[in-house]
Amino acid sequence: MESIILFAPLLGSLIAGFGWKLTGIRGAKWISTGLLFLACAFSWIVFFTHGPETQHIEIARWISSGSLDTSWSIRLDRLTSIMLIVVTTVSALVHLYSFGYMAHDENFREGEESYQPRFFAYLSFFTFAMLMLVTSDNLVQMFFGWEGVGVASYLLIGFYYRKPSANAAAMKAFVVNRIGDFGFALGIFALFFLVDSIKLDDIFAASPDLAETQLTFLWREWNAAEVVAVLLFVGAMGKSAQLILHTWLPDAMEGPTPVSALIHAATMVTAGVFLVCRMSPIMEFAPNATAFVTFLGAATAFFAATVGLVQNDIKRVIAYSTCSQLGYMFVAAGVGVYSVAMFHLFTHAFFKAMLFLGAGSVIHGMHHEQDMRNYGGLRKKMPYTFWAMLIGTLAITGVGIPLTGWIGFAGFASKDAVIESAYVGSQGGFAFWALVVAALFTSFYSWRLMFLTFWGKPRGDKHTHEHAHESPNVMLVPLGVLALGAVFAGAIWYGSFFGKTNEVVKFFGGKYGEPTQELVEAVAERSPKASELHYVMESAPGEAAIYIAPENTVLHEAHYVPTWVKLSPFVAMLIGLGVAYWFYIVNPALPRQLAEQQRPLYLFLLNKWYFDEIYDFLFVQPAKALGRLLWKRGDRDVIDGSINGVAMGIVPFFTRLAGRAQSGYIFTYAFAMVIGIAIFITWMTISGGAQ
Amino acid sequence: MISADINIILPEIIIALYAMLALVGAVYTAKDDLAPVLVWTTSALFLAMAFWIGTTGEGTQTAFGGMFNDDGFARFSKVVILVSAAAVLLMSEGYMQRRGLLRFEYPLLIALAAVGMMMMVSAGDLMALYMALELQSLALYVVAALRRDSVRSTEAGLKYFVLGALSSGLLLYGASLVYGYAGTTLFSGILQSATEGQLSLGLLLGLVLLVSGLAFKVSAVPFHMWTPDVYEGSPTPVTAFFATAPKVAAMALFARVLHDAFGASAADWSQVIALLSVLSMFLGAVAAIGQRDIKRLMAYSSIAHMGYALMGLAAGTALGVQAMLIYMAIYVTMNVGTFAFILSMERDGQPVTDIDSLGMYSAREPGKALAMLVLLFSLAGVPPLVGFFGKLYVLRAAYDAGLVWLAVAGVVASVIGAFYYLRIVYYMYFGEERTEALDPGRSPVLSGFLMASAIVMVLGVINLFGIESAAQAAAATLVN
Repeated sequence: MESIILFAPLLGSLIAGFGWKLTGIRGAKWISTGLLFLACAFSWIVFFTHGPETQHIEIARWISSGSLDTSWSIRLDRLTSIMLIVVTTVSALVHLYSFGYMAHDENFREGEESYQPRFFAYLSFFTFAMLMLVTSDNLVQMFFGWEGVGVASYLLIGFYYRKPSANAAAMKAFVVNRIGDFGFALGIFALFFLVDSIKLDDIFAASPDLAETQLTFLWREWNAAEVVAVLLFVGAMGKSAQLILHTWLPDAMEGPTPVSALIHAATMVTAGVFLVCRMSPIMEFAPNATAFVTFLGAATAFFAATVGLVQNDIKRVIAYSTCSQLGYMFVAAGVGVYSVAMFHLFTHAFFKAMLFLGAGSVIHGMHHEQDMRNYGGLRKKMPYTFWAMLIGTLAITGVGIPLTGWIGFAGFASKDAVIESAYVGSQGGFAFWALVVAALFTSFYSWRLMFLTFWGKPRGDKHTHEHAHESPNVMLVPLGVLALGAVFAGAIWYGSFFGKTNEVVKFFGGKYGEPTQELVEAVAERSPKASELHYVMESAPGEAAIYIAPENTVLHEAHYVPTWVKLSPFVAMLIGLGVAYWFYIVNPALPRQLAEQQRPLYLFLLNKWYFDEIYDFLFVQPAKALGRLLWKRGDRDVIDGSINGVAMGIVPFFTRLAGRAQSGYIFTYAFAMVIGIAIFITWMTISGGAQ
Repeated sequence: MISADINIILPEIIIALYAMLALVGAVYTAKDDLAPVLVWTTSALFLAMAFWIGTTGEGTQTAFGGMFNDDGFARFSKVVILVSAAAVLLMSEGYMQRRGLLRFEYPLLIALAAVGMMMMVSAGDLMALYMALELQSLALYVVAALRRDSVRSTEAGLKYFVLGALSSGLLLYGASLVYGYAGTTLFSGILQSATEGQLSLGLLLGLVLLVSGLAFKVSAVPFHMWTPDVYEGSPTPVTAFFATAPKVAAMALFARVLHDAFGASAADWSQVIALLSVLSMFLGAVAAIGQRDIKRLMAYSSIAHMGYALMGLAAGTALGVQAMLIYMAIYVTMNVGTFAFILSMERDGQPVTDIDSLGMYSAREPGKALAMLVLLFSLAGVPPLVGFFGKLYVLRAAYDAGLVWLAVAGVVASVIGAFYYLRIVYYMYFGEERTEALDPGRSPVLSGFLMASAIVMVLGVINLFGIESAAQAAAATLVN
């Protein structure tokens, strides 16, 4: 069954990509989508029937070279089964949605170019690569999937290959990801060097030793676990668009909207979070590295939320929102509550995919208009889309009943869990405050999006608004399904991901046991309300899907944070909602005035903190200059020049010389011979055996 | 005793007797009318002798007190010499016939030259060496001037003779010096006097002069200057002959003198040979670029190819000799095919040697153009044709002997040299259409040789027709 889940998308991809002339365009679409739904159904069956224990399913022997001995096999544990349902569900729905969204595309000549099978083939191929990534049992297999999703992302961002901006965005995504992948590859090399194996089981078993090992890297000694954790996180940063390596994600919105929903919201970008959670046994032994993860995640959450405030392109707003939410997940992983990171990943997949698909529905209905300033009053034209987007917004802003913890939309449960954990993990420091402020901003820009799009009067092209229409059912059904997830996913699985320690440990397949007395005392001293510590995780690293060190009591303490901390995200949400309502419903002229008053700040945010410009100056221009130097000076002048010089200058010169020497007179010839003999004799006498 | 000696040199005696008897017979009978018959009989005799030598000879024997060697090396060279001489004779018959050049002396002079060449490769003594060399050379001087009514042909013959005499003088001077310091003319004796340590200065001088004389025969730079003039001036069949059998004989003699007489001081002569080699390769490659006349071009081509063969010798090892033999066998095969093509180049019955005249040749004669293309690529040493493997062998020999710089120079020179071979291909396939086209080839013999040679270049890549192991066995008898 697991193999079918894994290979059904590949089969669909091959049929749609290479066999569509046999099956026809409709056939290709139905086959690939049908296979995806099959994989999706099996994934849910696996999720509910398969217990939390780790299972290895070998598919093939893969690499056997020296001490490197690797199988191609599926590692099925709780992390995998969570990712399986996320990936296959969103992918299946996106396939279905694409029936409507890709039906007519003005970027291709209708009837002449069969872009649809290609699109479905890429989508299915992406799904296969993503499943490869999440099911991998060793790091090289994971790297294969990691690169596979990178390729699929590249192909799909550049799907409109006639648009120069799409091609540039595709290349940007690929190049920026290369930096992260380099870090990931170094991490794999380091692990193989240290552990002499790339199997996850071996690496996890060796992780306590790694914490005691020193590794020489970049001219000095480091703690091996820290180095490995940082290198792996660099890979995660690239894939998950964290600060420094985030610049590709907003540009990736050049791809068709279903792609943004599947790859750049729900699945691929969360691969980095998955990687950190998967490598939790290493992370738990690298406190400095996880502090770095926390810091960077919080910074990203804050940064992306600020930029999202002022963007006008509907997809870019959601893209920055994604970037920001990924920061939340990394904070959770960084402070050591991997289950909460997975929780937010899980709920975020539903509501963010829904927001993207809803945005796609709006864009589709508005004839590919993406600027929100040209929307307005679409509530009545697109009622279903409106309701779906509303649910998505309620979920992402975290609406729920405060202090119950779990009664609310999906985002409420998971985001509050992240913020409470961040409070404990950072002792009420930067990470916590960054996330709370980011929650405020999230609420503001999400409602801004809603108000600009669905409320108010129609703006922009009148003609477009007259023809604005609700999307077909194939696009609305996925929205409905995702809405279910966005509403209920948080409440249903709250206990499994963020319940009592023993619940969570059990859910992820570990054993729990009594804490030591010193630990209970230490916790009681730190936070008196959390003194009733009953359980800690007892499993050795690698025995369960995630590893929580016994000393790591963040999960426990997060339930006992002060009340104001529990209320803070809710209050932030309300403020954001209120300000957005004031700005865009009560007094729509205000944002413009504010932007003009605070022009430098506005431009700073509008230009995304000038990251692209700084990178352009620091990296792109020097790289181009170096390329030009090597091309013009190096290749053209030196290499071509020397070859041409030899071929057109030096050789002909000697040719003429030889021709002139060939005078036709015997005495010249005889003279040449005599000179030759004289030279040979002289040379032999001086150098040869004359001594 | 004497009968055993005679037995060993029986093939040479048979050809010599045949040449003399046929000469006398023809003078007293039909004279030039007999010439076509004599061409065929001479060729047949060559092939018969080649077959005999190739199949029956065994082991190493010496005759006349060591003056004559019959070993694997000599037999290999003799087979190559006789077969190529026969091929060139057969190719020349039609050409000479049409131009009234086919005199009865021609095949017989070739036969005498062949005797000289067979003696050369078997020589075990400086006297025998000189006798053989002069026998071959005198015959060649005459055939170079075969076209007595042509100024160019007589000029070529005269130049060849005068410069050849100069080189003979050098050779003799070197031989007398060697005799003076070694006290013997036998190669085996010279070898012993050299092994007692370093070469004495006199022996060294003698060696350099000997090498110079031999370098003239293989037309190695700077003793090459006669080659373009003689190749251009001589009738084309004679040029074809110059470019094939005598080169093999001279190269084999070179190897024999160096290894049999001076094998103990390879380090001394290796550098001279290497210098000759590198000069020849580069001059052959560079000077040929300026040539418009295909015969002159082939002259420079042969200079360059001798450079590569000398690279094998410069290695001073058995592998080097093997590489040289393989290279020469391949070179001869390619040249037979190429000259078969050149012999067929004519317009209105007149020979044409201008490479411009080949413009768009492929449109009219696609088959022959393709065969020529294969040969030219092979001459340039483009893989996977056989010519590439010849170069590969000598390069490897030089590399293994530590002459990396020489191998690198050889590769560079071959890149330069590829230009003029490929330019002919360019003319044939992309050049300008000529209004006055070449005549369609009439001679089945020439076409046959051209095609056969091209096919060998392609099919030979499978196992080089077993020449590899034969050359290895031959080289093993010389170097041990």
